Amino acid sequence: MENYKKTCLYDKHVALGAKMSPFGGFDMPIEYSTIKDEHMAVRTACGIFDVSHMGEIFVCGPDAGKFVNHIFTNDITDAPYGKIYYGIMCYPDGGSVDDLLVYKMKGDLYLLVVNAANIDKDDAWIREQAAGYDVVIDNKSDVYGQVAVQGPLAEEKVERLLGLAVKDLAFYTFKEIDVDGETIIASRTGYTGEDGFELYGSHAYINKVWDVLVGSGEVAPCGLGCRDTLRFEVALPLYGHELSPEISPLMAGLGMFVKLDKPEFIGKEALAEQKANGVKQKVVGIELHDKAIPRNGYPVEVDGKEIGVVTTGYHGLSVDKSICMALVDARYAALDTPVEIRIRKKTFPGTVVKKKFFNKSYKK
Amino acid sequence: MAKVETGLKYAETHEWVKVEGEFAFIGISDYAQHELGDVVYVDLPSEGEYITKGEDFGAVESTKAASDLIAPVSGCVEEVNTALDDTPELLNEDPYANWMLKVKLADASELDSLMDAPAYEAFCK
Repeated sequence: MENYKKTCLYDKHVALGAKMSPFGGFDMPIEYSTIKDEHMAVRTACGIFDVSHMGEIFVCGPDAGKFVNHIFTNDITDAPYGKIYYGIMCYPDGGSVDDLLVYKMKGDLYLLVVNAANIDKDDAWIREQAAGYDVVIDNKSDVYGQVAVQGPLAEEKVERLLGLAVKDLAFYTFKEIDVDGETIIASRTGYTGEDGFELYGSHAYINKVWDVLVGSGEVAPCGLGCRDTLRFEVALPLYGHELSPEISPLMAGLGMFVKLDKPEFIGKEALAEQKANGVKQKVVGIELHDKAIPRNGYPVEVDGKEIGVVTTGYHGLSVDKSICMALVDARYAALDTPVEIRIRKKTFPGTVVKKKFFNKSYKK
Repeated sequence: MAKVETGLKYAETHEWVKVEGEFAFIGISDYAQHELGDVVYVDLPSEGEYITKGEDFGAVESTKAASDLIAPVSGCVEEVNTALDDTPELLNEDPYANWMLKVKLADASELDSLMDAPAYEAFCK
């Protein structure tokens, strides 16, 4: 594993006996106990995830707001300090460079939080697009550590165990807090469909947060295994699966984060065309009638003809069924359409269903 | 530490074989179930199908991944442990008590290429 990067919490994962595996160029913890136990801890109580592998790219300068709006599908015009926006960076053809969060910091400063696997690609893409804009781009991915504290008890744990005043944070907002001689960022965000927070700070601070929360015995260390089952159940996309250079945000069903009424942004014309004429392929949910598990890459068929491919699939943990998201020919995307999924040597019948298999419980 | 049951033969792909006369019972080792995590589905052949040593005959699926089952011996499937259809987690609870297939051995000499318990224990380290 010499070629993989380590997060600032790597030694803690090893000490806890986590199963480690490469993800996005990092050697990351997949599970400490079992995916199922960790999944349920987040749904019913509180769990902590090391998400230090995520990238933090800052954009600053007189043109920063205009520039971020240029490369981002959501609309950050007149964004107030403390607000967070989810959206996508698109190629001119509407394909996705990455999905990300934009934090409106003080003055002309914006923080872009991007996927680990895409840090270098995004950094290069952003710099390429910045020609002619008066901005400075600063990739601080190696400076920041990040944890996500998620679950219905997250607020209470963060307030009491960490002493951070986060109760008043609304969903998708953040505040900067001075603690231990540094300024950390605490946001009410996450990737699990539960209430929770993401904390950004120095490696030393993030290690302290980890020690306090895990050491309390009240917050379960959770790996990327359950992070994936949790986000999947509530139909949150994962770049490389439900979004890619070939999968536009409209194909992924993320139209609410694509503001076609903005004056301009990269990909606008292509996305407007997709919206007007309908997308050729769509990400849908499929429920199988059998217990075999549809996995990423398995073909979706109708009458023996391949009409799509599974993007993410599991035996549901909150719903006891074999379920998946799949990118299919839009002609077969209607609810209740019968389809088959090829799993190893056999095909298994299923039905197109809503891709949200479990309801989110955000505190808004 | 994963348990290795004595008296069984083991394949490098972590299936075990228990020989009873001309029949063999096939399952997966404790090491394998531990590596897989919570087993949620077992895909097995039907009675009467022929499995060939070294080729996949099904799969064990955990939340994380699907793992192919590789036949440790060749033979005709005499019986399938259907309890695994509804309770695949039996493989996590006791992988040695819960066999998957009973096959009629096609060639008993194939057993010679499998490891005994001490060799398998060393192999897993």
